[in-house]
Amino acid sequence: MPRVVVLDYGSGNLRSAERALEHAGARVEVTDDHRAAMEADGLVVPGVGAFSACMRGLLEVGGDKLVDRRLADDRPVLGICVGMQILFERGVEHGVAAEGVGRWPGAVERLRAEVLPHMGWNTVSAPSGSVLFAGMTPETRFYFVHSFAARGWGDAGTASEQRRSVWAEHGEPFLAAVEDGPLMATQFHPEKSGAAGSALLRNWLETL
Amino acid sequence: MSVAVRVIPCLDVDQGRVVKGVNFTGLVDAGDPVELARRYDGEWADELTFLDVTASSSDRETTYDVVRGTADQVFIPLTVGGGVRGPEDVDRLLRAGADKVSLNTAAISDPGLLETASRRFGAQCVVLSVDARRVPSGGTETSSGFEVTTHGGRRGTGICAVEWAARAERLGVGEILLNSMDADGTKEGFDLEMIRAVRAAVRVPLIASGGAGSAEHFAPAVHAGADAVLAASVFHFGELTIEEVKNAMRAEGITVR
Repeated sequence: MPRVVVLDYGSGNLRSAERALEHAGARVEVTDDHRAAMEADGLVVPGVGAFSACMRGLLEVGGDKLVDRRLADDRPVLGICVGMQILFERGVEHGVAAEGVGRWPGAVERLRAEVLPHMGWNTVSAPSGSVLFAGMTPETRFYFVHSFAARGWGDAGTASEQRRSVWAEHGEPFLAAVEDGPLMATQFHPEKSGAAGSALLRNWLETL
Repeated sequence: MSVAVRVIPCLDVDQGRVVKGVNFTGLVDAGDPVELARRYDGEWADELTFLDVTASSSDRETTYDVVRGTADQVFIPLTVGGGVRGPEDVDRLLRAGADKVSLNTAAISDPGLLETASRRFGAQCVVLSVDARRVPSGGTETSSGFEVTTHGGRRGTGICAVEWAARAERLGVGEILLNSMDADGTKEGFDLEMIRAVRAAVRVPLIASGGAGSAEHFAPAVHAGADAVLAASVFHFGELTIEEVKNAMRAEGITVR
C-alpha cells in the first residue's frame, strides 16, 4: 500500500483529501513534517482560497523546498487546486502579482467568464498517453471550484515535450491538469469528484 | 464543454437525524444522514446540503459528528447551513469536513461576517442563503419588490432581496442560495421572476430553491439563470429521483452530469 503525505500548511479541507486517498488505497498521513514528507511514496499539496495566502502558508512550513527536494530525486508530487496554481511562476490577484514556486512558466489569473467562481462538474480534454486520466472517457466530469487558473504556458509558448497539458473551459480555455514527470497537478478537486476522482487518485497511486 | 448544472438534494438534520420523512426503499435507517448521503451520491447528486434545524445550540455537537461521518464516506461537495453564527462556527464545520458553509440570519444582523468569513476561509466556501418573498401588502416596499425574511419566511425585514444578494457578492461570498418563501412547499414550480431578478444583479453562481414539484419544473429555473437547483421534499419522499430531474433538464438542452 503506497504511503502518502498530505502536506498540512493550514489550507483546505484536508480531511476530505485524506479520506479520499485512503479510499483509493493509500496509507495517509496529514503533516508538515519534512522527514515524513520526504520519505512518503507520494506528496500531496492541497490548497484553497487566495494564491498569496496559500503561498505564504507553504513558505512558512518550507513546502517549496520540500517540493524541490522531492522532484530532484524524481519523487512524485501532486498539487490540487491552489496547490496546482502555486506551482506556476506567479499569481495575479486584483492586479497584484505574488510569486509562486515557479516549477512551471506562466501566471495564474482571473478567468474571463460570465459566472465566477467556476463551480461545479466539468469535462476535461486529456491527451492520449495521459497517466491520471487513463481509462476515462471524454464525458467524465470533475468538480471544480476556483476563479483563477493558468490560461497557458506564458512566454514559454506551448508545453514542453515531457509536459502533458489537460485543458478545460469556463468562459475561456484553462489548464485543468498538468502531468510533468513526477510532478502532476489538477485544478479540480479529485477528492470531491466522486467515482471519477477516486479513479484518478488510483491512477496516481499506481505511479508511486 | 461547459460546466454542468448541479442538482442538489437538501437534508434537514435535527440533533443528528434526518427529519422531514424519507421514503427510499431499502434503507436500513432512513434517519441516518450518512446513509442517505451515500444513497444520493450513488444517484449522481452533484452536491449535498445539510440544513441544521437543531433548535438548541447544546445539541449542535451532533451536527459536527454528522458532517464528519458524511465527509469520511461521501466524496462529493457538502454544504452545511443553519444556525451558523460566527467565524468560529464556520471554522469548525470546515474542519469537520464541510466544503461550504451557508450563512443566513447571522449575516443579516452583521453583514461584515460575510467579509470576515470570505477573507479568512476563501470565497469558495462561503454561501449566502437568502429566504426571500414578495413584499406583502402593507409591508415596506423594496426596489425589486422582493424582501429578505427571517424565521422561516414569517418575518419580513424590509431589506431588498436583490440588493442584499448584490451586497453579499461585494462582501465576498462565492455563491448565493435563493429560497423563495412564496414558492416553498407549493410544488408549483420555482419563482422564476425572483431568480431572474437576482441573476441580473450578481455574477456568482446562483442556486434556486423552493417550489419544485415535478421534473419539468427544474429546466425553467435554469433558463431563468440558476446555475444549480436545490430541492428537499420531492427527493426525500421519493416523488422524484435525481436521475428523473436530470433527464428532464437534458431533454431541454441543459448540460447535466
